[in-house]
Amino acid sequence: MESKYAIELKQVTKRFGEVVANDQVDLNVRAGEILSILGENGSGKTTLMNMISGIYFPDEGHIYVNGKEVTIRSPKDSHELGIGMIHQHFKLVPVLTAAENIILGMSGKGKLNMKKIESDIKTLVDKYGFDMDPAMKIYDMSVSQKQTVEIVKVLYHGAEVLILDEPTAVLTPQETEKLFDVLRNMKQDGKSIIIITHKLNEVLELSDRVSVLRKGKYIGTVDTKDATVSSLTEMMVGEKVTLDINRTEPKNPQKRIEMIGVTCRNSEGTAVLDKASFTAYSGEILGVAGISGSGQKELLESIAGLQYMEEGEIWYDTPDGDRKKLSGMDVKEIRKLGVRLSFVPEDRLGMGLVGSMDLTDNMMLRSYKKGRGAFADRKSPRQLAEKVVESLEVVTPSINTPVRRLSGGNVQKVLVGREISSEPTVLMVAYPVRGLDINSSYTIYNLLNDQKEKGVAVICVGEDLDVLLELCDKILVMQSGKVAGIVDARTATKEQLGLMMTGDLREEAGKDE
Amino acid sequence: MNKKEPFVRMTKRAHISRSKTVAIYLISAVLSLIVCALVIVALTHQNPIEVYAGIIDGAIGTDRRLWITIRETMVLLLIAVGLTPAFQMRFWNIGAEGQVLMGGMATAALMIYCGDTLPAWLLLIAMFAASILAGMIWGLIPAYFKSKYNTNETLFTLMMNYVAMQIVTFAIVYWENPAGSNTVGIINRATKAGWFPEIGGNAYTLNVIIVLAMTVGMFIYQRYSKQGYEIAVVGESQNTARYAGINVKRVIIRTMAISGAICGLAGALIVGGASHTISTSTADGRGFTAIIVAWMAKFNPFVMIIISAFLVFMQQGAVQIATQFGLNENASDIITGIILFFLIGSTFFINYKLEFRKKSKEVA
Repeated sequence: MESKYAIELKQVTKRFGEVVANDQVDLNVRAGEILSILGENGSGKTTLMNMISGIYFPDEGHIYVNGKEVTIRSPKDSHELGIGMIHQHFKLVPVLTAAENIILGMSGKGKLNMKKIESDIKTLVDKYGFDMDPAMKIYDMSVSQKQTVEIVKVLYHGAEVLILDEPTAVLTPQETEKLFDVLRNMKQDGKSIIIITHKLNEVLELSDRVSVLRKGKYIGTVDTKDATVSSLTEMMVGEKVTLDINRTEPKNPQKRIEMIGVTCRNSEGTAVLDKASFTAYSGEILGVAGISGSGQKELLESIAGLQYMEEGEIWYDTPDGDRKKLSGMDVKEIRKLGVRLSFVPEDRLGMGLVGSMDLTDNMMLRSYKKGRGAFADRKSPRQLAEKVVESLEVVTPSINTPVRRLSGGNVQKVLVGREISSEPTVLMVAYPVRGLDINSSYTIYNLLNDQKEKGVAVICVGEDLDVLLELCDKILVMQSGKVAGIVDARTATKEQLGLMMTGDLREEAGKDE
Repeated sequence: MNKKEPFVRMTKRAHISRSKTVAIYLISAVLSLIVCALVIVALTHQNPIEVYAGIIDGAIGTDRRLWITIRETMVLLLIAVGLTPAFQMRFWNIGAEGQVLMGGMATAALMIYCGDTLPAWLLLIAMFAASILAGMIWGLIPAYFKSKYNTNETLFTLMMNYVAMQIVTFAIVYWENPAGSNTVGIINRATKAGWFPEIGGNAYTLNVIIVLAMTVGMFIYQRYSKQGYEIAVVGESQNTARYAGINVKRVIIRTMAISGAICGLAGALIVGGASHTISTSTADGRGFTAIIVAWMAKFNPFVMIIISAFLVFMQQGAVQIATQFGLNENASDIITGIILFFLIGSTFFINYKLEFRKKSKEVA
């Protein structure tokens, strides 16, 4: 009775060297259904979808489309079978219009009738309730509009099965709602939709059924109506976990970092940080929220001495009451001032660590200059590496393993471990739990809380608003390079943050301050 | 099922054992010798075993030949050692040719102008200093522009090679000996001023000492010094380097100064310690061959000894078979080319593995 399923996978296995990314996975999706694939990072969700969309070829197993066994050797085969994938990173040509991007890659003959194509697209857009102008150029679009183009493109190419990889990662809560409405309309029309995600709330809100993967293995499929957050977490992790962050009241907060009217421009001359001002206090966690690319990176990097600032000042207040100017200094000069500033950047292997070096060599990245003489001391970094591995339970074959070989969570533990080891007074972290499994995430949250209780001023850029609201004391919201406002995390709501992120609530937020 | 699984697919290896790596290299070396043999038979109708014996004879058959092979190995090794820090920093220095040439020219100039006035030991030190300085300047120029204006170092260093060649051509006009020959001839043939002294009865002992000292020195610099650590970080990611508080521009300039200096010293070795003359072909392509040596050794100076010895062995042997069997000199290039092709090609099999379609695939 396989014919009921739009797509069915049986015993599909994919190996990368010794790593088994998918181990005999069974999966099926019916027509007119939304199926969520849930799993932690590294559980094999994306690998599985890449096999359906023809990017990888399975080592073993069978794939059926509408009950017929098929062999998908390339993305082209996949298209012909009516499967369309919307990747996390969009693949659009910025200088072309939406309509031009949509017809890219389609064969046709004779004259190109853009008028007709645009009206065809318009019909499709209206049918499902998208919000899109076919004649608009991609470079004028927001992230959510670009995503819409990607979805319409796949539909226009005749897809019956749509796969969306982490579609809400880049969206505000309001945009997410809009996307879900469209997906529900498509479901009504008989399309099959597969969503890859690790956000439990969205799974429960949107999907009909949930399939769970753990460490490459297929755990099971449940009807969403029978599932709860804790039952799904248990399936994902394999054990019961408590998802509580213990937020304490800040003790004796003192001014630590003050940013006054800082403006930074990127190489194209656009202001990526626009007269940003804020103050961070010791013993507090200040969250930074915003749509990705709203200046969060530049905010942290300008404090760390990695950004060229056009105007503005950054001051550091020492615990003894001294006041030191950080703006205009580079990393080395800031360290010479005796400012113990730790920074866990967003790009862990591209900035925070050296991927090809082992744990010991990475431990000395910020301190290799210590000591006299031309030769570097590797003894104390080695001891530090051993300490970090032990106290943070880093899983690594040895401390001589290149960090690139470690999993995302362990890479992050190495990085955070090093940065905390210097006993900072200011700790800045960017997306500290991106790509981490649930247990590692909570390890990191606890580390941040420990630092806060030690009186460190913690600045944490995050993407999951639920977590920021639970973890932080205050939340700074950024909106296209500006500080849209700072709110109390204990009273703020997700919707309020979402509106501030898009700029709709800036005036009101300004009054609150 | 109308469509079949692709016949062969590439998959990336996650990990490979050391013995497997060595095995792959050995197999490719053997295969390359077989292919060379086929080519020899097809083109010359000679017995390939005899040709190989000729190669061995040519490279190490007599004491003199052995020492020439060693001398040439040392030059190639020194240039590769010089290139190492630059390449580790991901600075594509393909200008070793020019740096060697400038070092050689500085040496020749001192031998010609100061050969009669300076005492032998002082002249030798001056030659080393001048060659190092000349090579350093030739390395610093592209490094300065790279760090200041982010120019492309590949093109820049390549072009600097031609500038160096033209300067040498220009100098030859003044240094011509005998007049009208358009060559410099052997410098100080009678006085041997500036020639490397014989140590222990051998003319090339000093070359070996210098090069091996530099090789060991480079290994230590690379692995244990703070500067070596900085080079590795800059090479991996300039962002990480800035984050670590490393002055990237300074590291680029300093590293290229070192790289150029060592290549310049190689020029002194060639002119003062081997050929005792200067021409536009003094570097003779070794600035490029050394790139292969450095890469194949994965920047390990001790592995470079083996690889440069092998390449020079083949070249010297090839000169012999060219005369012995009446082959064109280029026959040697063909053989070296085939061997390199196989050795470099084998890195593909180290990084990837091929998976063939399984024959016994049951149809469900």
